[in-house]
Amino acid sequence: MAAIMRILALMIKEFLSLLKDKKSRFVIIVPPLVQLLVFGYAATYDLTRVPYAVYNEDTGGAARDLLADFHGSPYFHRVAVITHQQQIAPLIDNRRALVVVHIQRQFSRNLLSGRSGSVQVIVDGRNSNTALIALGYVRDIIVAFNLHWDADHHIAGPPAQLVTRAWFNPNLLSQWFVVPGIVGLLTLVVTMLVTALSVAREREQGTFDQLLVTPFTPVEILLGKALPGFIIGMAEATVMIVAAVWWFDVPLLGNLLTLYAGTVLFVLAAIGVGLAISAISATMQQGLLGAFLFLVPAIILSGFTTPIANMPQWVQWITLADPLRYFMVILRGVFLQATPWHLLVGQMWPMALIAAITLSVATWLFRHRSY
Amino acid sequence: MSATSAIAPMTSVPDVLVLKNVSKSFHAGKRLIGALQAVSFTMQPGAVMGLIGPDGAGKTTLMRLVAGLLRPDDGEIRVLGIDVGKDPQSVQSSIGYMPQRFGLYEDLTVQENLDLYTDLQGVLPRDRAKRYGELMRMTNLETFRGRLAGRLSGGMKQKLGLACALVRSPRLILLDEPTVGVDPVSRRELWAIVYRLVENEGVSVLLSTAYLDEAQRCRDVVLMSEGRILHQGPPDQFTQPLTGRTFQMRVPGITRRTLMRELAQRPEVVDAIIIGDDVRVVLSRTAEAQKQVTAAFPGAVLVPVPPRFEDSFVDTLRVGKGEPPPTPSAKPAAVPPAAPVAMVKTIVPPAKAAGPVIEVKNLTKQFGAFYAVHDISFSVAPGKIFGLLGANGAGKSTTFRMLCGLLPISGGMLRVAGYDLRTARAVARSRVGYMSQKFSLYGNLSVMENLRFFASAYGLMGRNRSRRIDDVLGEFGLSAVADMNSGGLPLGFKQRLALAAALMHKPDILFLDEPTSGVDPLARREFWHRINALVDVGVTIMVTTHFMEEAEYCDELAIMAVGRILSMGTPSQIRHSASTLANTNPTMEDAFIHLIDSSQRKVA
Repeated sequence: MAAIMRILALMIKEFLSLLKDKKSRFVIIVPPLVQLLVFGYAATYDLTRVPYAVYNEDTGGAARDLLADFHGSPYFHRVAVITHQQQIAPLIDNRRALVVVHIQRQFSRNLLSGRSGSVQVIVDGRNSNTALIALGYVRDIIVAFNLHWDADHHIAGPPAQLVTRAWFNPNLLSQWFVVPGIVGLLTLVVTMLVTALSVAREREQGTFDQLLVTPFTPVEILLGKALPGFIIGMAEATVMIVAAVWWFDVPLLGNLLTLYAGTVLFVLAAIGVGLAISAISATMQQGLLGAFLFLVPAIILSGFTTPIANMPQWVQWITLADPLRYFMVILRGVFLQATPWHLLVGQMWPMALIAAITLSVATWLFRHRSY
Repeated sequence: MSATSAIAPMTSVPDVLVLKNVSKSFHAGKRLIGALQAVSFTMQPGAVMGLIGPDGAGKTTLMRLVAGLLRPDDGEIRVLGIDVGKDPQSVQSSIGYMPQRFGLYEDLTVQENLDLYTDLQGVLPRDRAKRYGELMRMTNLETFRGRLAGRLSGGMKQKLGLACALVRSPRLILLDEPTVGVDPVSRRELWAIVYRLVENEGVSVLLSTAYLDEAQRCRDVVLMSEGRILHQGPPDQFTQPLTGRTFQMRVPGITRRTLMRELAQRPEVVDAIIIGDDVRVVLSRTAEAQKQVTAAFPGAVLVPVPPRFEDSFVDTLRVGKGEPPPTPSAKPAAVPPAAPVAMVKTIVPPAKAAGPVIEVKNLTKQFGAFYAVHDISFSVAPGKIFGLLGANGAGKSTTFRMLCGLLPISGGMLRVAGYDLRTARAVARSRVGYMSQKFSLYGNLSVMENLRFFASAYGLMGRNRSRRIDDVLGEFGLSAVADMNSGGLPLGFKQRLALAAALMHKPDILFLDEPTSGVDPLARREFWHRINALVDVGVTIMVTTHFMEEAEYCDELAIMAVGRILSMGTPSQIRHSASTLANTNPTMEDAFIHLIDSSQRKVA
């Protein structure tokens, strides 16, 4: 009973010192919301309004039709019409145009006479990812044009036709992919910041000694310090999930309980890492630095942006220690695929293990770190 | 004040420093704090002027204003004839300034630090060798030129800082608390250096200090408190009105603590503190004061003693504010005079233990190859005050932290109330209270929230908890500030709150780590009144301090240096051990220096 009262007293104290301070109140409320909005809109692989230039040497109707397809596409935006070969290079060099569509002199005549005409596409390849996506859009327009042309001129189409269906994300909206990831990312950031500073702040201000000479046991200190972080982490995750569903319209197809089971384990793991870093640190600066030293690799190695399967084998082994890696799978699975509980157990237990190890380390360090 | 200056000022020599009605205030959150209020004084060439006052008196602000690092809100400052407000750059290039924490680069050697500051000050290479030689001889750092600054002792760091501030022979040097945290031996050396500078180089020195006993070493003193100048003049002028009013007193059959408490409640007594086996009293101005005291305590022996600077400080503040002398606080009516007595009722006397409450045998703490504490042994009987006295780095804080169970021991044995607190069950810790050096409660929580937290931490619940908090708020005069954030309170209040939190659970052992460092003498007296009341009901006190005066309150004292106990005994035993033919009545500081000297001779 006395132990519960003590833990409760420590929790109240933690909340008070967190919420009474204008700066820390700001840190847990404003940046996560701003980041959710910014990342949700900014972190997208979709290209819209690709700037392109037209170099049309052909005066025929077929060329005009093809160019009209580009012009009418919402994904393309014409920035220039040029008339000389020499004008191409400056456009690409200055990044005015990402793509230059060059239609050769004989294009319409060749098509009308049943032969194939060639369209040259010059792409700025400096950002390979963007270039590939832009090329894909160009290819889609050309394929659509071909099908139309064949139908209009009663020509049998190509022997094999590609018909694609994207499952789980039919329109391949990258927001559907990115936003659930951000839920995990921001939950991690906020939970880490709250916990990584909690012990370090007390060490720096000398209050931790005062705490250690009271009858608090290390486990009680752990609970008193972890529970506020847990409540804040869960609240933060909930706000993010709500925003993902109602603001960004990402479908939440799976079981909410499964999602929350994963969130609980993930927040516990994040608290463990945060408290362990905090328990090692003697100052707030060390705590903050430690948190960022963990956060950056944790995010890059989580598969948030680049698939873990693409990483070299030895890096993939490192990712096994990253709790965000498992939570990413759970988030995307539950949101887009309605992955059932039993298929996610493999993602749940590693997070529980990470939480158990880091929380124990933190508890031990409370009393044994001498400085 | 020119009367006592060694170099008689000629009319043509301009004043080194002139302050006219200087005011400066700061915003702390929503509150406006007047750091300096209409301060004026003048300093002549060759002066050694001491700015003296407790923490928060405005000393550092004044230094920074003179150095042109801050701008005054109002008033005028002229340094060496230059208006600081108009041309701070040229003032800065003609004075030397040593801030409280001098910017020594701990990873550079002594020589490299010196070179760096010489380069920054733009001293010509051909002048360097000569100046270095002078400075190194003056500071005795010659043999340490190759040592990293971070590896120097506190005293040596201050001396190096001083040397760096002096590389260009400035005409005025500002030293902000140069002797804080420095052991008495190094303090004496620093003062010797200051006077050598004045004599050999004609430098004028403005220095600040929180140690009132250093006032006697200045030629002129500006006594400050809460942003105002209380009094200024040569030190003798301060103590002069107290002549014939200061005594050392003892009464057979009354313990010194009881005597002090009873004296402090008498209207004709301005001040009563314990010095060794006696009580030192300062009587009020009235002629009958001495008669009244003798009449009140039959058989009392009163030996006249010379007045000290601190007496005048206490006298000025208590009488100046028209406050009844026995109130142990200068703060308006915050503490009822009966507070220490009230506390006696709320503390349950601990069961009389037969043996010592604290026992330490061959205790050792190693950090790598370095012995922070080396083979020390002592024991403390219940109901006694045991003091650990030593300079920074002597190992007293390490000892203290080991006793509290905050640091593992490397060797030996320790018992606090029969337990090693590091390995004992958590409940054992509820028998001890702990109050540390810096204010270590939660600064952004209110007084009430802090007390609630610590009450719950010690297992007080429900009505017990609220009753105990009410008691403590009353006893410590904290009711009026209960809803204020503790971080914004004046130092004296913070210290009371810290003690209140440490006593929340009525512990029978109280650990105090430099409890009164930085607070003014009045608050220090009030604090010790409380501690004495606790001892009266059987609480055991373990205290570390570097205030020699504070050591006098202890029943037993251990003097520590470089991790060892040099001497142990009652304060008067320790003082008498240092008595020589030349000095038959040595002070605690004399004894301390004597002990350090003889221990160093043994090593050499």
